[in-house]
Amino acid sequence: MAVTTSTPTSPPSMAQDLLNSLPKTLKLKTKQQELLIRVTTLGLIYILAFITRLFSVLRYESMIHEFDPYFNYRTTLYLTEHGFSEFWNWFDSDSWYPLGRIIGGTLYPGLMLTAAALYKILHFLRFAVHIREVCVLTAPFFASNTAIVAYFFGKEVWDSGAGIVAAALIAICPGYISRSVAGSYDNEGVAIFALLLTFYLFVKAVNTGSLSWSLASAFGYFYMVSAWGGYVFIINLVPLYVLVLLVTGRYSLRLYVAYNCMYVLGMLLAMQIRFVGFQHVQSGEHMAAMGVFFLLQVFFFLDWVKHLLGDVKLFQAFLRITVTGAVSVGAIALGVGTASGYISPWTGRFYSLLDPTYAKDHIPIIASVSEHQPTAWSSFMFDFHILLFLFPAGLYFCFKRLSDATIFIVMYGLTSMYFAGVMVRLILVATPAVCLISAIAVSATVKNLTRVVRAKVQTLQSGSGKGTSASKGSSKGVIDNSQPFQKNGAVVLLLGAFYLLSRYAIHCTWVTSEAYSSPSIVLAARGAHGQRVIFDDYREAYFWLRQNTAPDAKVMSWWDYGYQITAMGNRTVIVDNNTWNNTHIATVGRAMSSYEDEAYDIMRSLDVDYVLVVFGGVTGYSSDDINKFLWMVRIGGGVFPVIKEPDYLVNGEYRVDKGAAPKMLNCLMYKLSYYRFGELTTEYGKPPGYDRARGVEIGNKDIKLEYLEEAFTTQNWIVRIYKVKPPKNRW
Amino acid sequence: MKMKLNLFSFLFTFTILSSHVLSISDLILTKVDRRIDLSTQIVRTTTTLKVENAGSDIVSEILLSFPENHAIHLAYLSATLNEGRGKAKPSSGVSLPYDEVVSPKDFPNSLKVYSVTLPKGLGKGDSLTLDVLAVFTHILQPFPEKITQADIQLLLFQESAHYLTPYPVKVQSLTVKLPDARIESYSKLENTKLQGSELKYGPYQNIPPFAYLPMVIHFENNQPFAVAKELVREIEISHWGNVQITEHYNLVHGGAESKGEFSRLDYQARPYVRGASAFRRLVAKLPPRAHSVYYRDEIGNISTSNLWGDSKKTQLEIEPRYPIFGGWKIAFTIGYGLPLQDFLFGIDGKRFLNISFGSPINELVIDTLIVKVVLPEGSKDISPSVPFPVKQRHETKFSHLDIAGRPVVVLEKNNAVPEHNEHFQVYYKFNRLSMLREPLMLIFGFFFLFVASIVYMHADLSISKTSASYLAKIQWEEVQATIHQVHTIISRCLTTHDKLEASLRDLSRTGDIQACKATRKSVDSSLKELTKELKSPVTFLQSSPQATQILPKVEEVIAKERDLQERLMAKHSTVVDCYEKKLGGREIENRVASHQQKITALRQEIDDLMDLIDEI
Repeated sequence: MAVTTSTPTSPPSMAQDLLNSLPKTLKLKTKQQELLIRVTTLGLIYILAFITRLFSVLRYESMIHEFDPYFNYRTTLYLTEHGFSEFWNWFDSDSWYPLGRIIGGTLYPGLMLTAAALYKILHFLRFAVHIREVCVLTAPFFASNTAIVAYFFGKEVWDSGAGIVAAALIAICPGYISRSVAGSYDNEGVAIFALLLTFYLFVKAVNTGSLSWSLASAFGYFYMVSAWGGYVFIINLVPLYVLVLLVTGRYSLRLYVAYNCMYVLGMLLAMQIRFVGFQHVQSGEHMAAMGVFFLLQVFFFLDWVKHLLGDVKLFQAFLRITVTGAVSVGAIALGVGTASGYISPWTGRFYSLLDPTYAKDHIPIIASVSEHQPTAWSSFMFDFHILLFLFPAGLYFCFKRLSDATIFIVMYGLTSMYFAGVMVRLILVATPAVCLISAIAVSATVKNLTRVVRAKVQTLQSGSGKGTSASKGSSKGVIDNSQPFQKNGAVVLLLGAFYLLSRYAIHCTWVTSEAYSSPSIVLAARGAHGQRVIFDDYREAYFWLRQNTAPDAKVMSWWDYGYQITAMGNRTVIVDNNTWNNTHIATVGRAMSSYEDEAYDIMRSLDVDYVLVVFGGVTGYSSDDINKFLWMVRIGGGVFPVIKEPDYLVNGEYRVDKGAAPKMLNCLMYKLSYYRFGELTTEYGKPPGYDRARGVEIGNKDIKLEYLEEAFTTQNWIVRIYKVKPPKNRW
Repeated sequence: MKMKLNLFSFLFTFTILSSHVLSISDLILTKVDRRIDLSTQIVRTTTTLKVENAGSDIVSEILLSFPENHAIHLAYLSATLNEGRGKAKPSSGVSLPYDEVVSPKDFPNSLKVYSVTLPKGLGKGDSLTLDVLAVFTHILQPFPEKITQADIQLLLFQESAHYLTPYPVKVQSLTVKLPDARIESYSKLENTKLQGSELKYGPYQNIPPFAYLPMVIHFENNQPFAVAKELVREIEISHWGNVQITEHYNLVHGGAESKGEFSRLDYQARPYVRGASAFRRLVAKLPPRAHSVYYRDEIGNISTSNLWGDSKKTQLEIEPRYPIFGGWKIAFTIGYGLPLQDFLFGIDGKRFLNISFGSPINELVIDTLIVKVVLPEGSKDISPSVPFPVKQRHETKFSHLDIAGRPVVVLEKNNAVPEHNEHFQVYYKFNRLSMLREPLMLIFGFFFLFVASIVYMHADLSISKTSASYLAKIQWEEVQATIHQVHTIISRCLTTHDKLEASLRDLSRTGDIQACKATRKSVDSSLKELTKELKSPVTFLQSSPQATQILPKVEEVIAKERDLQERLMAKHSTVVDCYEKKLGGREIENRVASHQQKITALRQEIDDLMDLIDEI
């Protein structure tokens, strides 16, 4: 009997053993499997973050983009050629003629040092790459690193799932890509990495209370200070966070250790950067951090006294005295410092961040930059896409599971969101926070949904197992009835989430390839037959300057093009994008807005040999000097009251056609832009002198130049260079 | 070396000088035909000399003389024997060796003299025909020197209408080929004729030695005057199948300098009138099968170029960033790859590169041409062989994955013209195995990287083995291992439960109570064993301070599991009991229902807890 029973039962039981042992062996490996999947995913994200930023190289070429990156490239080149000490002590006489610029003391060297170090390492490993390639690929490389930091940050704040989602989101988020495509060799490229790293290390330090993590965060902060002026955000957000923790009663020794170590060491390290110097103890923008530092000491002291006294009443009295004393001492110190000028007041840039309307009224030079404008809703949508909706959801999850870390990420998200609303380019700072918080939302939602789906599968299995053993149990049927609805709902929601995420991925790729990969030096347009037309006029002009003018020639142009002229044209400029001297820029603005003879005197006094203007009337390129001209008038008029904005307007309207103001029609900028343009037919069916950028026929077609002559005009007239004639003989 | 060479040539000239004094008067040029081509910036003078030995001595050298102001611009000189078979091409036949010699004392001053050595001496009364090609650069003078954008470029050319030679000439004529354009003026001498764009002087008869009859032509020429101030050609050999050529040009428009305004409007409206002297494109003839062609400069890629090719050549048309007017400069780089087997050959253990010397760009004058041949790392016994004199030196270049650097042969030639586009050779020895060095370096690099990471993962790198954090870490690892152990045991318990359930299902199918009881027994014993096994890890967890957080969960799981176990046993016994009493299915169902509900709930809870524990 035993034999007969064992024969039918043993094969199924063996099979069952196998089936049972299979999940067991798999379970033994789940951790490793999970690790493998996680590492592979991170590796893929790392690669994805890099290659998605290579659109610009594929579409155009491996080149430096925009304006500031050209300065960074030039200084990096200098650094690799002449060494660090030469670079650190470099007095650049090629810009801000005749003032010059002390490069080492007026720049954040982090980016250049990073690129030069990468270059040195590659050469040490025997990869003979050109420094340009290193510079072009620095930003994508650091974007990949940022994704990894985002993973660890997400893991610290929530769990490893949120970390992975955060890494994936930030890898392709357009808000970040806009500043980190290949060729966008700007401070922000490494700074966002440094920012996120500092925050991550600080949160880690707060969570663990470990001295080593806070030391690491101090060094992260040092790197950030060396890389970008945005470090002010860290040095204000971190004390604010500490303050919030104090107020909400979350003060702990961990926080004390983390903040003190990070602040003191970070401050000392930051002082090593010449451009920052003693600002940490002298500038109003850094006082919050110092105040919180002292507050923390008082708090610690009170804690200790409370511990010693044990008497509540006595402690209350002591508390009152100490707090009053501390506050008054702090207030007096701040007052005396400010009054004596030791502590400098807040700068205009800082004000303009807190108050979006400030720059418009007080600092036209800040307001004139397009990336300093308040952000439009569309650009939020463009840069964040679904993250904009996931962000509040993530905040909800954060509040639901409040901890020191989630408080930090919430504060980071909210403050940076505000700043992103004030200035377009600060979307960049908000991006990591938005990605992290959205990742929490995605991860938590998907996790909950999959739990529901998986639970169903398990009970179904057990249910079906029992269904064979016994007839349909009514109790089981009841449970099953309530669940299908929930399960289907979960499946639908999951699919919806995946659909949204895939839309996000598609949107990001599209934005990257269409909007953020243009180098802005080379313009591309679609021709009449759909073919790609390239306008390479900028480089044509800069190369002409480089080859066919005297090596010591001075070129006057609006400050936007200063960095490019020095880097690509290798000629001395009067003003450039480092807008440190408003008066000098105003002088150029004044020259551009004066009549030719007045401008000639200014140009003679500045030793100007060539004047360069950018003109889009032939191609319809709208960001040219005529469209920027009102800012020149405003900035010039801000220093030299001879220049009055109303002189260039007709009834408050800015025009270049026949109805334009007489001063407008005869100022230098107008003459240089439209010289001999009146003879050119730009568009079929339109009169000669039809300006395609503004869509009007110009008002002054008969322009004669007395003190200048046309030296060069590029193929599409985008850049026009004029030579300043030597003074006439008097007899 | 140079000293030696000089000394040698000095001695050499002395020996020939002594013989020349006699031979000069003996030779007679019976017929001289000169053709001067002025259609481009490079002036090519083709002279056909019919030489007769009127003396008695055998003559083995013929002297060619040029006025000094021309001679300093002499870029290329070749003399070939014309075998007299009709009109042989001047390039055919072997060019004869020649040497610059110090002009003999009885020669007029300011003459440069070259002596051509004949392959065999010219006997008495013998005659031969010699084709001499002389190429000059920079001898066309722009006049006026500065022109505006609208002006055409006018050039001045000065020559002697009579052939300047140390020998008497019986009959001679001169043809000057001019470009198809305006001729401003020319010297009207006897027998001067202008036919279309050809200007003819002569024939003149019985002209004594050293006759010089100055003539001047002032004419329009708007051909591109592209002069490369410096051209650096880098030829890099990779034995993996590629010859990479990189050419750095530094061009200038060598014609009349432009002055005044440059108006884009005028240039755009009528480019061939208002900008006639400017050049806007250059054409380079690259070898066939050239690939990966690029055209860029210091600040980036230049998008205006065209490339087309067939089996015989590849033609590259490049357009500089801006039109080049007189005196304007431009710099750019073109690069291309060529298949290795077309240019690299081997003979008796040596390899040699056989490639053209000059620039592929048409009608380009090169003031300084530097050719760098970069050989693979590890090449030895390097010896270049160039058909004309060049300066040589050696350099080292570091490229990808180089340790010792690649040997570079640098050849420098001044005043090069398209006639210098001859093939030259660089011989060297290279071990085929050296090719594998760089891939192996990469492989080993990655290998060591992986080994290092493996070592890092497995090695204990903590500094202090007694520090609190280190001990805590160790303890935590132990706790994790123990929890894992607990997890395994409990999951084994759960599988045993499943066995029990399975036996119940079998029972309902077969009704075999005995088998069911047997299973029950074995399950009982195995569960007991597992419970025993659980004891030691649990006591460890209870004692460990690191486990305080996780301990309640573990204990909860264990408790629940025990509960579940009891329930299952109860259910099992109930079912078996019922079967023994032969009760109906529905009855059994009813009796078991309360157990069953609890069991499902407990099982679910345990699964959740297990997941939680597993995540630690």
